[in-house]
Amino acid sequence: MLAYILRRLLYAIPILIGVNLFTFGLFFVVNTPDDMARMQLGVKRVTPEAIQKWKAERGYDKPLVWNAAAAGSGALTDTIFFSKSVRMFVGDFGRADDGRDIAREIGDRMGPSLAIALPTFVLGLFVAISFALLLVFFRATTLDFAGVVLCVAMMSISGLFYIIGGQWLVSKVWHLVPISGYSGGLDAAKFLILPVIIGVIGGIGSSARWYRTIFLEEITRDYVRTARAKGLPERVVLFRHVLRNALIPILTGVVVVIPTLFMGSLLTESFFGVPGLGSYTIDAINAQDFAVVRSMVFIGSVLYIFGLLLTDVSYTLADPRVRLQ
Amino acid sequence: MTAFAIQPVALWSDALLFVLISVIVALTLWARRQGALREAWARVAKNGVAMAAATVLAVFVLIGLLDSLHYRARLEAPPGATARYAVEVNSALDALLSELRLRAETTYSAPLATHLFAREALENSTQREFPRLRYGGAHLGDNLSGHALDIAVRVSRGLAGGVVAWILLMLLARRMKVGAGAPCVPGTPLRGQAMAIRAVTITLLPILLLFGVAISLGGGYHVFGTDKVGQDVLYLSLKAIRTGLLIGTLTTLVMLPAALLLGILAGYVGGWVDDLIQYVYTTLSSIPGVLLIAAAVLMMQVVIDTHPDWFATSAERADARLLALCLILGMTSWTGVARLLRGETLKLRELEFVQAAQAFGVGSFAIMRRHILPNLMHIVLISLVMDFSGLVLAEAVLSYVGVGVDPTTISFGTMINTARMELAREPMVWWSLLAAFSFMFALVLAANLFADAVRDAFDPRSSA
Repeated sequence: MLAYILRRLLYAIPILIGVNLFTFGLFFVVNTPDDMARMQLGVKRVTPEAIQKWKAERGYDKPLVWNAAAAGSGALTDTIFFSKSVRMFVGDFGRADDGRDIAREIGDRMGPSLAIALPTFVLGLFVAISFALLLVFFRATTLDFAGVVLCVAMMSISGLFYIIGGQWLVSKVWHLVPISGYSGGLDAAKFLILPVIIGVIGGIGSSARWYRTIFLEEITRDYVRTARAKGLPERVVLFRHVLRNALIPILTGVVVVIPTLFMGSLLTESFFGVPGLGSYTIDAINAQDFAVVRSMVFIGSVLYIFGLLLTDVSYTLADPRVRLQ
Repeated sequence: MTAFAIQPVALWSDALLFVLISVIVALTLWARRQGALREAWARVAKNGVAMAAATVLAVFVLIGLLDSLHYRARLEAPPGATARYAVEVNSALDALLSELRLRAETTYSAPLATHLFAREALENSTQREFPRLRYGGAHLGDNLSGHALDIAVRVSRGLAGGVVAWILLMLLARRMKVGAGAPCVPGTPLRGQAMAIRAVTITLLPILLLFGVAISLGGGYHVFGTDKVGQDVLYLSLKAIRTGLLIGTLTTLVMLPAALLLGILAGYVGGWVDDLIQYVYTTLSSIPGVLLIAAAVLMMQVVIDTHPDWFATSAERADARLLALCLILGMTSWTGVARLLRGETLKLRELEFVQAAQAFGVGSFAIMRRHILPNLMHIVLISLVMDFSGLVLAEAVLSYVGVGVDPTTISFGTMINTARMELAREPMVWWSLLAAFSFMFALVLAANLFADAVRDAFDPRSSA
């Protein structure tokens, strides 16, 4: 097990290097730092001095990959590639355009992101699986059909509609919770409850339908017939046998997103004014803060790769037959 | 050269859209000769829900196609002078809807309203009042007591028109022997086909009724109100359909060649080629989609902004941005398809007919083209229809995040994005949001239902 995990971590290294090279290519080779400076300072009437100043402030005034002027190892290290891309591996993301340290900002904003994403994820999983089991319990009846129709209709509604509609109904018409905002401590609950509920409702359509398909696939198996022949009530068959065996395909899709919960949700956070990583990313995109977007791309990939590893490990917990080697 | 009244303009996206349509037509002709494919399509055609959804989709596609025939109108010029054309690029849909397009108010007005939404200081009065609309309800004159009655009359006239149109269409269909005498695919029971045709006719009725009411009301009012700069929201919604369709289909079209080539190569050739291709798509797919799109779109904006000389008109620039967005979306979605194609190719490679071809000494590329590719078509088709609805929804989100289509392109995303600024207003400006969401819902729901039927018919695993 440990050896397996170690080997998987080794496999992750070339992929992370690939992601790193890709972002470097995207941000510095497709567009030169001069282009970015001209874009941010306004295309017209920009002086070469202003561009030089912009580049110097951000440390973009070095050669891309090979600094011929520097001596010794400085030829490699005193470059944009080394200072901006390679340094990301040790958690050094540099500074944002407003001068703050990106790594520190990310640390501060993880909490609020997680405070929304984690309850949404757990509650959403619980509700969707319960709903899917209910539909499977009443399979091939009108109730099942109506449930599937509801799922398809719900997944055809834009996520923006759930957020805008929920804010309007709950906060504006009923005045139950504040429209947006955030505060630390227990006070946060009143800000969190609406985004969490909206997140759960918005995700229920597609996931419940997917789980239903998985359950229906399991329910035709022989072991289910055996369990019924033993005289087990349908409730027990569903919960103890079907649910347990359907876990593997469910885990495949679910566990991988757990680490990325840290990243938060772009939409929810920006609509509800939560100071998390999602709204950080959106602000950076709107302000065209390339350094922040680059860092988020890298962190997102690290978390995703970690999620893949977690998925494999979770298989052994869910199914004793799976051996990792 | 004689000067025509219009000068056709083919934007790049138009060209690609027509390429897509000709590909679909060619594939249809090819599929008619393939027994298995024809049978699968016959299963779709027998599915009532699928055919109803297909009818709705066809209406959307028709509107989108009308909106893809672009032209520049000729300017008034003295006879004998060389013809000059307007800078503005319009489409056939714009020409059809010129009443809606040109009758702009000054700012917001509610659906079917006769007055503006906000009070304004009038010239000859000290009080701030709701000014009359320039076009909405203008035919009523100063006597507004007949407003409700006029709307009721127009609605019933529209409904009646819709019913008449439907009956005429049914009679026409009967004359052309669609339905009863339609050639029946061997082995399919007639009952399923009859049911599917009934589903199409039943779906057409509400569509025609809605069209009738919209046309009848639209002659005198703004059916969905007007937006901030006074544009008719119904017109905007209809224009947004093309953007949604383009993003939903072109994204898959532009990524298909790469996905097919790499997927088949990885699966068939194996070895280091397989390793390399797998490495590339694992790396790309490990970057979270939204972030990859955001980063790529930011970079694309830099390229477009630093090269203003590439584009002659603003329509061309917006179009280039739309295409670039499709490319970028395709870049994030080809990995999944490539993985599926590779897996299927691995399976096909071991089958007898491929090994027989190898034994006959057929070249690798010929085998991939003649024996592997045709057997992967169901995966391509399924991914095309399954991705569509997700992409339409994604466009709205991306435009909200600020990495979507050009702000001047009319799309559901830009409609929602401009409308959400007004949410805090009291009373609320709800109509453009509701119009955008309703149109999107209809399009995505139809696409989802149709995609389900196609997947069930084509996916060998689900035909249990």
